[in-house]
Amino acid sequence: MSARNRELLALVPVALLLTAGFTAVFITESEKLGDLSLTYGAYFFALCLGAHVFLRLRLPNADPYLFPLCALLAAIGLIVIYRIDDELALNQAGVFVIGLVLFCATITFLRDYHVLERYRYLIATAGILLLLAPRLPGVGSQVNGAYLGISLGPINFQPAELAKICIVVFLASYLAEKREMLSIAARRIAGVTIPPLKHFGPLLVVWGAAMVLLVFIRDLGSSLMFFGAFLAVLYVATARLSYVLAGLVMFAIGAVFFAETVGHVQERFDIWLDPFARGGPAGAEQIQQSLFAQADGGLFGQGLGESLLKLPGPFFPDSCTAGFPECGSILPAPHTDFIFAVIVAELGLFGGCAVILVYALIAARGFKTAVMAPDAFSKLLAAGLTAIFALQAFVIIGGVTSMIPLTGVTLPFVSFGGSSVVANMVLLALLLLVSDRARRADGPRGGVVSEPSIEVAR
Amino acid sequence: MNPPVIRIYALVLLLFAGLVYFTSKSAVFDAEELEAKPKNRRPVIAEQQIPRGDITTSDGVLIAESVPEGGGPSPVFVRRYPQGALFGHPLGYSFIDVGRGGIELAENDLLVGEQNEFASILDQLRDRQPAGADLTLTIDAEAQRIAMEGLQSAITVPGTGAALVAIEPATGAVRAMASVPGFDPDEQLRSDESGAPALLNRPTQSIYPPGSTMKVVTAAAALDSGEFEPTTVLNADSPKQISGVDLQNFGGESFGDIDMTFALTNSVNTYWAQVGEQLGAETMVEYMERFGFYSDPELDYPPDQMAPSGVINSDGKLVREGFDVGRVAIGQGGAEGQLLATATQMAEVAATVANGGTLMQPTFLQEARDPDGRTIEELGDGEEQAEVISEESAVQLAEMMTNVTREGTASALSVGGVEFAGKTGTAEIDLEGTNQPWFITFAPSQDPQIAVAATVERCDGCFGGEVAGPIATQVMESLLDG
Repeated sequence: MSARNRELLALVPVALLLTAGFTAVFITESEKLGDLSLTYGAYFFALCLGAHVFLRLRLPNADPYLFPLCALLAAIGLIVIYRIDDELALNQAGVFVIGLVLFCATITFLRDYHVLERYRYLIATAGILLLLAPRLPGVGSQVNGAYLGISLGPINFQPAELAKICIVVFLASYLAEKREMLSIAARRIAGVTIPPLKHFGPLLVVWGAAMVLLVFIRDLGSSLMFFGAFLAVLYVATARLSYVLAGLVMFAIGAVFFAETVGHVQERFDIWLDPFARGGPAGAEQIQQSLFAQADGGLFGQGLGESLLKLPGPFFPDSCTAGFPECGSILPAPHTDFIFAVIVAELGLFGGCAVILVYALIAARGFKTAVMAPDAFSKLLAAGLTAIFALQAFVIIGGVTSMIPLTGVTLPFVSFGGSSVVANMVLLALLLLVSDRARRADGPRGGVVSEPSIEVAR
Repeated sequence: MNPPVIRIYALVLLLFAGLVYFTSKSAVFDAEELEAKPKNRRPVIAEQQIPRGDITTSDGVLIAESVPEGGGPSPVFVRRYPQGALFGHPLGYSFIDVGRGGIELAENDLLVGEQNEFASILDQLRDRQPAGADLTLTIDAEAQRIAMEGLQSAITVPGTGAALVAIEPATGAVRAMASVPGFDPDEQLRSDESGAPALLNRPTQSIYPPGSTMKVVTAAAALDSGEFEPTTVLNADSPKQISGVDLQNFGGESFGDIDMTFALTNSVNTYWAQVGEQLGAETMVEYMERFGFYSDPELDYPPDQMAPSGVINSDGKLVREGFDVGRVAIGQGGAEGQLLATATQMAEVAATVANGGTLMQPTFLQEARDPDGRTIEELGDGEEQAEVISEESAVQLAEMMTNVTREGTASALSVGGVEFAGKTGTAEIDLEGTNQPWFITFAPSQDPQIAVAATVERCDGCFGGEVAGPIATQVMESLLDG
C-alpha cells in the first residue's frame, strides 16, 4: 500500500474516535449541549481529508503516520476541551483551521526547506526577539510569575511556541556546517576534548541564552525544553557525549543558581519536592488539585464529562466573573496547562498512557525521518524538531504528574491555545517536508519506499 | 550521525516511561492516599451532589429528606429532618461538617445509591444522575411519639435519661426506639450545650443493671437446660446465703417452699439466686450468649453506637467466669462482675420468648426503593439470628410471664384488654432509694405481636411496674391498635 493510502486509512479511526468522544460528552451533558455537536466529527474528517489530499499532491512520499498521529492528538484535545466548555472547543476548531492553512502554506512556500539555511542568523535573531518579547513593556504579561505571553490588542500570543522552531532551524543549520570542525578539529587536553573556541563560541551563546531565558521569562520548563533540544542537535551533529554531559552540567549549575536566587523558580522547586508541605507556598494548590484529579481517575477514569471540574452550586466562588473555566474550576487551567490531569481523571491511567504513547510514536516517526534524511541539515532539523516536540510533551506532563517541577507550557496539539496549535502545525509541516525528501531520495517516486537500516543510512 | 539519533530516542522513551510511572502513581498507586488528604475537597463535593434518599416511617411520616441548595444546574443537597428531636435517635444525621451517625450512617450505601458497576454503567448510558434509594423504616411514628412523651414524663432527676425499644417478635422489626433526652439533628448538632449526652442513643449504647428482668433469662436457661420445671420447688426464705453473703428478698419477706411460676410472678430473689447457683456460671453465660449478650446487637446500626451487654467487672471488661452467678441471675452482681444490659438486649429477650424461643435479627429497614420505585431491599419474614430455647420452654416461660401481669408485680398494668406477658425490674442504684426501673413485656400472650423493653435512669423511689411499665404498655397498645 502506498504511503498516502496508509495515511488515509489511519485517518478513518481518528475521525471515528472524535465522533465517539463527542457523542460520549454529548450524552453526559445533553441538557446543555445542542445536538449540532454530533456533526463535529464529520467536519473534522473533512478537514483532515483536505489536508490529506494536499499532502497527496505535494508530499507524496512523506511519512504516512505523522499526520494521522497529530490528528489523533488534536481529536483527543478537541474532545476534552469540548467536555470542559463547548464554546472553547469551537474556538479551538477554528484555530485548527488557521493552523492547517499555515501548515499548507509552509509546505507550499518552503518546498525547498534548505533556503532556511541561508537566513539562519535572521531566523535566530527573530527567535531570540520572540522569546524576549514578553518582557517588553506594553505587550508583555506575567502569569504565575513567568513571562510567557504577549498581548497585542485582543490577541494573546505565546511567542516561545514559534521561537522554538526558529531556534531549532538555526541550530540545525549552524551545526550542519560546523560539525566537522567541532568533532574533528578538536584538541584533546588531558583526555578532555576541547573544541575550538571559534566554532564553539556561538554554542556558548546558546547556553547563555538559555540562562538568560531563565532570568527573563523565569520559566524553568521552557529553558529546559530549549536547552534539551540544543543538546540533542549538538549530540547528533558531533556524536560526542562529552559535549552533552558538559552541557547538562552547565545547565544544572545554572538552574540551581537561579533556583536559589529567583524566588519564583525556587518556589516551584519547593512545591515539587513536597506538594503537600505544611505551610508550603500557596502555589502548591495547583499541583495538589492536579494530583487529586488524577487520583479520581484510577485505571479507567470517571468517563468523559463525569469527573468533577466545575465547582457546583455554593462552591462556585462569587469572585469568579471571568466565567468557567478561567475560574470556578476545582482544577486550575483545565483546558491549557492541566489538560493532561483532566484526561487522566476522565479516561484514567489507560487514557493518559495512550496519550503518552501517541507522543512516543510521533517521536519514533520523527527520529526515523532524521535517520533516513539524506543530508546533515535535514537530519539535524528533523532530530531537533522531534526532540523539542517530545521534550515539550515531557515537560508539561512531567509537571502535571509532579515528576519534575511544574512549568507552564502547553501539551502540543492537545491543549487549548492558538499559538501552540499554529506553531506545532508549522513544526509538523517541516518534519513532513524533510520526510518527503528523505523517502523520495531513497526510492522511486510514489512507489513503495524501502526503509533503510541504520547502517545503510550512515 | 544516526546512532546518536537512536540514543536520543531511547532517552525520550526512558523519559516517557517515567511519565507513565508518575501517572500510575497519582492515578492508581497513591490514589487512596490522595483521596484521603484533608485538602482534597473532591469527595466532599461529590457526596453533596448526590441527593440522599428520603426516609419515612412505616406509617408514612417523612423524617429525613434532601433539599437542593445553591440552585443552578448542579445544586448540592443538604439534609433536613422535619420531625426534629422525635426521631433524632435512632435516625442520626448526615452533614458534611459533622459527619454521620445512626441509621443515616448504617444505611449510607443505600441512601447514596452505591450500586454495582454494571448498574452504574447502565445509568450512565441512560444519562441518569446518581441518586440514593428511599428508605421506609420499621419504626411507627405514633408509637415513637408515645414512647418519647412517656419517657420524658418519667424523668425526675435533671440530666438523666430513659430508653425504650419495641420489637416485632416474628420479624425482628424495630417498631420504636426512643432515647431521652432526644436531640434535633437540624438544630442541636452544632450547638455546644447539647454536647455528648444528647448524642448518646441510650437504647443501644447505655448499659444498665437490668434488675429482676434478668430472671426471664435465668428462667429460660433453667427450663431449656432441662434442670428445672415451672413446678420445681425451692425454699425461698429470706435471707439466703449466696456466695457466702446474705441475700434478701424485697422487704425481707420469707416465702417458704415455692415453685418457679410463683417465684417469677412475685420476683422472689432468693429463689432465682439459687437457680443461678445450681445452673452455674457456664450455663448462664451460654444462654446469655444465645440471647445476644456478650456482643453488639446484630442490628443494622453503627458498631460505634452499640454496646454489648453482659457481666462486666470493675475494669469495664466483659467476664464469663469468676462472678457471683447467684446475684447475676437476678440482674445484680459485684466488683468481680456486675450484670449490665442495654434496653435493646432486654427487648430481644422479651421478643425471643414471644417468638417461641427463636431470636430474630433486629432491623430498622422495612423497604428500600431505588429512584425508579423498584424495591431493592425488603424485610419480608426477617432473618433468624438464633434458636435460643426450645418452643416448649418458650411457651412455659410465656405462661409464667403472663402470670406476672395477671396476679404478680405487674398486675396493675393493662394493654387494652388483651392478655399480655411481662417482667418488672427495679435495680437499686444507691442506698438512698435511687432505682433503675425496668419493664420487659410482650402482647398479646397468645400470638404475640410486639415486645418492648423500657427503662429509666436514676429514678427516686421508682419501681419497674409503676414507672417503666405504663410507658411500655401504652406503646404496645398503640402498636396493637395500628
